Amino acid sequence: MAGRLRRSWDKHKYAWGMVIPVVLVLGVLVGYPLYRGVFLSFTDANEQNVAATIGALHVPDSFSFVGLRNYVDVLFGPNTKFWSVLGRTVVWTISCVFFHYTIGLALAILLNRQVRGRSIYRVLLILPWAVPAFVSAFAWKLILARDNGIVNHVLGQLGLGTFDWLGNDTLAFVSVIAINIWVGVPFNMVALLGGLQAIPSELYEAAEVDGASPWQRFWHITFPGLRTVSSTIILLGVIWSFNLFAIIFLVTRGGPGDATQILVTYAFSAAFEGIRDYAVAATYGILILGVLLAYATVYRRALRSGGEVW
Amino acid sequence: MSTPRKRGERSPAASTALHAVLLLASFIAVFPVLWVLVISLRPGFAGSSEVHVFEPSSFDNYEYVMAKTKFVSWFGNSISVAFFTTIFGIFLSATAGYALSRFRFPGHRPLMWTFLVTQMFPVAILIVPLYNLMNKLGWVNTHASLVFAYCSVTVPFCTWMLKGYFDAIPAEIDEAGRVDGLTPVGTFWRLILPLARPGVAVTAFYSFLQAWGEVAYATAFITSDDKKTLAVGLQTFVTQFKQEWGFLAAASILITIPAALVFFFAQKHLVAGLTAGGTKG
Repeated sequence: MAGRLRRSWDKHKYAWGMVIPVVLVLGVLVGYPLYRGVFLSFTDANEQNVAATIGALHVPDSFSFVGLRNYVDVLFGPNTKFWSVLGRTVVWTISCVFFHYTIGLALAILLNRQVRGRSIYRVLLILPWAVPAFVSAFAWKLILARDNGIVNHVLGQLGLGTFDWLGNDTLAFVSVIAINIWVGVPFNMVALLGGLQAIPSELYEAAEVDGASPWQRFWHITFPGLRTVSSTIILLGVIWSFNLFAIIFLVTRGGPGDATQILVTYAFSAAFEGIRDYAVAATYGILILGVLLAYATVYRRALRSGGEVW
Repeated sequence: MSTPRKRGERSPAASTALHAVLLLASFIAVFPVLWVLVISLRPGFAGSSEVHVFEPSSFDNYEYVMAKTKFVSWFGNSISVAFFTTIFGIFLSATAGYALSRFRFPGHRPLMWTFLVTQMFPVAILIVPLYNLMNKLGWVNTHASLVFAYCSVTVPFCTWMLKGYFDAIPAEIDEAGRVDGLTPVGTFWRLILPLARPGVAVTAFYSFLQAWGEVAYATAFITSDDKKTLAVGLQTFVTQFKQEWGFLAAASILITIPAALVFFFAQKHLVAGLTAGGTKG
């Protein structure tokens, strides 16, 4: 056994040596919080019973183990909002990823042509990516403000009336989705543009010789050529959107009411607003992780049956 | 199809439509930032319903924000946090990415999975345990705590991207290096890393931006005023004056400028870098 381990080490020492720093850093910074989250989700920990140091006085933990009660309450309790918030999160994720991808693809195809001023367009179109999230949030709040926002100003001048973009339940949800689309399109566009440039132009020339229509060329060359890029950015896009905290939190804080609350922001408000309920927040965190893991497994299986491995 | 056109040539109408779509998209992309810039140059924009774009502009808001805050030290803090996050993050992800790209070792697949799974952790929920951890390590109110926290966010994605990038570099180059007597580490450092420069540029850009504008961790971990990063410092300063949108606008522009500069230099590499990462991912 020891000998086998030793041979294994000799064979793989460079590989292991090179990944050890990452494993250590992630193990401590992600592993510990994860362990702690799982642990807290089986307790009734809240602000009042976790260890705290008040001045010179140290109060130890006094919460107790409650087994699966938090999960039962969150999933099946009479007042739980889990399912409605999950539903909203799914709508949010699908709309964001769908528009990120389609708009990103359309712009990438336009930018991939011989067009004058292409590099200027590219710089301008990638710009939203460079803007820090809270600046984007502030900019959009300024633009969509009910009383002096430019959008309402223009609509008013056109005689179309004004809207309470961030104050009405439905409009607020549509608005945060639109803002996040604005934020996320550049990444998709750039990734897809890279994918387009990797497709050999001989394929298009051959197709043209064979008399393929533009639509046929798109469907039979462009789309399959982008398969790997697409599967990666859709996978990551779903995970990122599902967990996207900054935009909703900075623009609406989940309001009005709970109208724009998705699972992460909802869990965060459980953990940091009112009486801080760490146990429920941790339970939500673990459930979010569970949903995403299930998704990634299914997605990977689907890709694999399509002949791809990663 | 009246006159056959060569590939890449368009009728004037199609060309106009193409430019119209691109112009519209560019306008939507740039407008919010431009609008903040306009507001920031208007003195005393305190929620008036009339917006006069063509009023004489002034730098009052900027002067005020820079004079009344610890702008210079916050700026320095942000630079150093973003810089060390980028360097440290790239060191970690490049070595791991190379190992994942070139070696098949026990733990290879679980590690790839781990990188994906760590992206699934809701950051908002990691903050509390991470804060407790930093507290135990005695790192609260240090910039190191931020650098490590940001690395935990950036490293998984960067490793994935760089692995894809290294995959695109032919393995013959490694073999040539080995024949010349280089160790695997030497091959990586002297041959592969320089070839992967565009990929490194993209990941550097990504890491820098993540660290530059982040507010949640930075608010939680940094307690003393002179250690704040720019984003947190300016934000707390401005929220004391709730109605002063002009100050917040000026602060936003001040924070965006360095990010935009880094972005401007990195953007040439972005397309090439993401291609390799994405297609081989």
